Amino acid sequence: MYDTPNASADVAAKATKISAKNVQVYYGDTHAIKDVDVEIQDKMVTAFIGPSGCGKSTFLRCLNRMNDTIDVCRVEGDINLDGENIYDPKVDPVQLRAKVGMVFQKPNPFPKSIYDNIAYGPRIHGLAKNKAELDEIVEKSLRRGAIWEEVKDRLHAPGTGLSGGQQQRLCIARAVATEPEVLLMDEPCSALDPIATAQVEELIDELRENYSVVIVTHSMQQAARVSQKTAFFHLGNLVEFGETGQIFTNPEDPRTESYITGRIG
Amino acid sequence: MQQQHITTAYDRELEAIQAQIMRMGGLVEEAIRSSAQALDELDLDLADKIVARDHSIDELDEMINQEVARLIALRAPTAVDLRLILTVMKVSGSLERIGDYAKNMAKRTHVLAGMSPMPAGSSSLRRMAREVERMLNDALDAYIQRDEDLARDVIDRDREVDQMYNALFREFLTFMMEDPRNITGFMHMHFIAKNVERMGDHATSIAEWVIYLVSGERPDEARPKADVTSNMN
Ligand SMILES: Nc1ncnc2c1ncn2[C@@H]1O[C@H](COP(=O)(O)OP(=O)(O)OP(=O)(O)O)[C@@H](O)[C@H]1O
Ligand SMILES: [Mg+2]
Repeated sequence: MYDTPNASADVAAKATKISAKNVQVYYGDTHAIKDVDVEIQDKMVTAFIGPSGCGKSTFLRCLNRMNDTIDVCRVEGDINLDGENIYDPKVDPVQLRAKVGMVFQKPNPFPKSIYDNIAYGPRIHGLAKNKAELDEIVEKSLRRGAIWEEVKDRLHAPGTGLSGGQQQRLCIARAVATEPEVLLMDEPCSALDPIATAQVEELIDELRENYSVVIVTHSMQQAARVSQKTAFFHLGNLVEFGETGQIFTNPEDPRTESYITGRIG
Repeated sequence: MQQQHITTAYDRELEAIQAQIMRMGGLVEEAIRSSAQALDELDLDLADKIVARDHSIDELDEMINQEVARLIALRAPTAVDLRLILTVMKVSGSLERIGDYAKNMAKRTHVLAGMSPMPAGSSSLRRMAREVERMLNDALDAYIQRDEDLARDVIDRDREVDQMYNALFREFLTFMMEDPRNITGFMHMHFIAKNVERMGDHATSIAEWVIYLVSGERPDEARPKADVTSNMN
């Protein structure tokens, strides 16, 4: 109703991190993403919402070329990260994924120690010159993942021995360990209890200072709580994209309205 | 009007709140009409009834507030539902205030009835109250029909009420200057006129919320303001 100057300024001031234009995705004959244009801004949380099967995960996976790993999947259009086409043949998808990290719905720690879960990425990308540097990266990442205090005394215990919420924060710590610029999260809290969810949400809000975060969520409240911009997908189309406050108080498209108010659309 | 929610209980709760608002609206329109009539006809029984009935208006406001709090806690309304809930709270608050003003008029009617001569102006006040009642009626119709044009019409008409108030203010002032013995009576009359003018403001506020409900945007702050008495000396 009234302007929230701070929130709007937040939305206005940021640079574009990822710019997608005319993106089409096909799984064989299925046209899963239809002509999507979107600008993901830096240092901001963007939420993707929409009914099951509308293409949120598909579109999210385009942003770090995760779809490359699916045989039947074909991606068309332009997706630029800092102005560079990520589908350019010169781009190494592994390097890309270090820049554009991903956290999945189900926590999936490697069957290794907590320490090695974090150290894995920095090791393969050669981010540490020696053990001391690696130790430092591990501690810093675990702190960013808001889990350091809980695990600092058992860094060599298996990551799989943590609770679900701790595992998810471990996975977030793992994703930030390679110093990504963008973090993609596909329903990161769907397996977590309300407290662990609140911790992850708090963490997402902190991550916003340094990263561009994109989160897929089925919880309207979560989208409203953590994001500054919200994109509503429906049947493969990006129906509406705008400031989160506006989407949840006064959406423009009747399909958005039906969806977020829990009506049959 | 709207599609149904998937959770049908949600629709039933919203409808129940709407029904309470309409009941409250009916009681308040009645209170405006009766309070002006009681004053004009010096009908003290009617004035007593208005004072007594104000409880039901207050109770409805209280119930609506509780329902609204419950609904926000349980359903976390968004978009049009959120705007509706905010509007309901504001409308209910305005209706409750109008009810209080009517009650205040009725109380002053008792005081005025004991004066002789009774100060002039009660039929003008009754006309002014009638206009305010129509505004409120239209504002509530606009709310039910989601009629933005009608709501804007109500907002425009507030200017006329303000002008009626200004005219009365000047008239009362003249009487008071003429003879200091008139002062007490016309002070009461003036408070009543101000009450009616404030009722008009609340009807206008309801209309503004209707515009927010329908469009998602609050109408411009620059609404017509014709109460100039604050600049008079
Ligand atoms: N690997 C695949 N092979 C074939 N079709 C797929 C594949 N993955 C997704 N699809 C289809 O693409 C469409 C979009 O799926 P996607 O997983 O992106 O939806 P979503 O919005 O993430 O849904 P949910 O909220 O249920 O996770 C669906 O119709 C789905 O059946
Ligand atoms: Mg998905």
